[in-house]
Amino acid sequence: MISDWTLWLEWFIKSVILIFALLGGFAYLTWYERRALARIQTRIGPNRAGPFGLLQPIADAVKLIFKEELTPAKAYKFVFFLAPILTVVPSIIIAAVIPWGRSINLFGREITLYLADINVGILYFMSIAAISVYGIVLAGWSSNSKYAMLGGLRATAQMISYELSLGIALVPVILLADSMRMIDIVEAQSSAWFVLIQPVGALIFWIATLAEINRAPFDMPEAEQELTAGFHSEYSGMKFALFFMAEYQKMIIVCAIIAIFFFGGYLEPFPSFITNISWLSWLKVDNSPLLGPVYMFIKVVVLLFAMIWVRATWPRIRYDRLMEFGWKILVPLSLVIVFITATGILLAAEFNNNLFLWMIPVASVIVGLIPVAMVYRSLRRISYERA
Amino acid sequence: MSVLDPIVELVRGLWVTLKSIGEKPVTFQYPEEKREVRQRFRGRHVLKRYDNGLEKCIGCSLCAAACPSDAIFVEASENTNEKRFSPGERYASTYEINMLRCIFCGYCEDACPTEAIVLGDNYELSFTDRRSAIYTKEMLLESVPSQAFLTPQKVEPGEFNRSVPEMKDPRD
Repeated sequence: MISDWTLWLEWFIKSVILIFALLGGFAYLTWYERRALARIQTRIGPNRAGPFGLLQPIADAVKLIFKEELTPAKAYKFVFFLAPILTVVPSIIIAAVIPWGRSINLFGREITLYLADINVGILYFMSIAAISVYGIVLAGWSSNSKYAMLGGLRATAQMISYELSLGIALVPVILLADSMRMIDIVEAQSSAWFVLIQPVGALIFWIATLAEINRAPFDMPEAEQELTAGFHSEYSGMKFALFFMAEYQKMIIVCAIIAIFFFGGYLEPFPSFITNISWLSWLKVDNSPLLGPVYMFIKVVVLLFAMIWVRATWPRIRYDRLMEFGWKILVPLSLVIVFITATGILLAAEFNNNLFLWMIPVASVIVGLIPVAMVYRSLRRISYERA
Repeated sequence: MSVLDPIVELVRGLWVTLKSIGEKPVTFQYPEEKREVRQRFRGRHVLKRYDNGLEKCIGCSLCAAACPSDAIFVEASENTNEKRFSPGERYASTYEINMLRCIFCGYCEDACPTEAIVLGDNYELSFTDRRSAIYTKEMLLESVPSQAFLTPQKVEPGEFNRSVPEMKDPRD
């Protein structure tokens, strides 16, 4: 029975650490985003509170806690109160299935660096990610405000549309790893990251997640120029902070998920001819399991920078084009990608030759160029009509 | 144009933003590091003095008349040779500008016959209550190099009879 008790304690401690890491990550992600955006826009960004502005998140948190919380007079109070919670909770509990490393030995027992090892980890991720749309649409509806309502409806339509290609773009990963367990997916990438085998799938997944977490250029639900702030127009104080928190935590989670599915998760980001050099062999996760979370952290930071970079560069896509892009380009393309991947794997198994696996990226990129050519044609048609 | 253009253009955009990370930020660290204002910048008003320390303002209220937002209030009093503030008969005993009303149009500057009021380069005009938005004559008046230049001054009779200085070239 004593082992049961320690198991519970281990889980509890790991969850607490994970939640605090996420909260701290959220706080410093805001700082990171503001600094990175500022540098891209040749500004400096927050640099007043503490060295390099590192205390800025704390100042922001204090401000948000002490701000007045307004509830619109005609709002549906209960749902209005519930919506931020419904948004935040999924964004935290997705983190349960993310493996941050293999396992370490601590106090004479083996401690795994992940909270839950579900054999259908991908399904868990997909379903929890889909739940968070409820919070947003309920927030939009219960505010009893037109802007918030429109933002919530846009969010629902957008999330449902992009959920589809998000899910289909994951099928090649499942096929390649032959498993839905996160650990298996990571371990299957020890020879080659899936982004090399399925680059188009990675790109589709990346675009779909951008839409899924309402980041630019798909930040339609909270387009401040059109909808003042979208679904959270009527929220203030801590309730608004919860939405903010959910958004940034989802960014972290999604980057971690992308790192796991396509960039080798906690595996070392070096090719084997480097780690085979004897004095560099400590870089391998096999030899030093504590490096797993470090590699994960580095990958997440790089992917987060990519998100910020995209936000700094591309303008918001128009709503009808967003829908056309989702349904007419991403969904068919991801279906074709699934077909190509499955064919490649079957051929490799049939002829017992792994070279067929490398047919997958070549064929996918060629197929991926078809929608590009289609976009080019339609752009040219538009410019002819204007002329 | 080539077929790959939709992708190429997107990547070019990304390259532009990535390049700008290396550029020097344009930020001024404001309270420590202030930006030079332009030559014709219209900031807070300054009431000028002549070289001998006498005020240029003669209390004629033309600035108050020219002010489109009615921000200036002038009250004039008589100069005497024992207590002389400005050349001529009268000086401004009260001169107030309501900075909540001022729109920094510079009409007062144009209207002034003695070039006494000038829009300076001070743009730090924050205040926390309405009463401190009213800038008095003491706040607006130019500072003097030494006590001897302070107004009122005791002068010889007949020295400063003319309130508006003579122009060097009247056709100018």
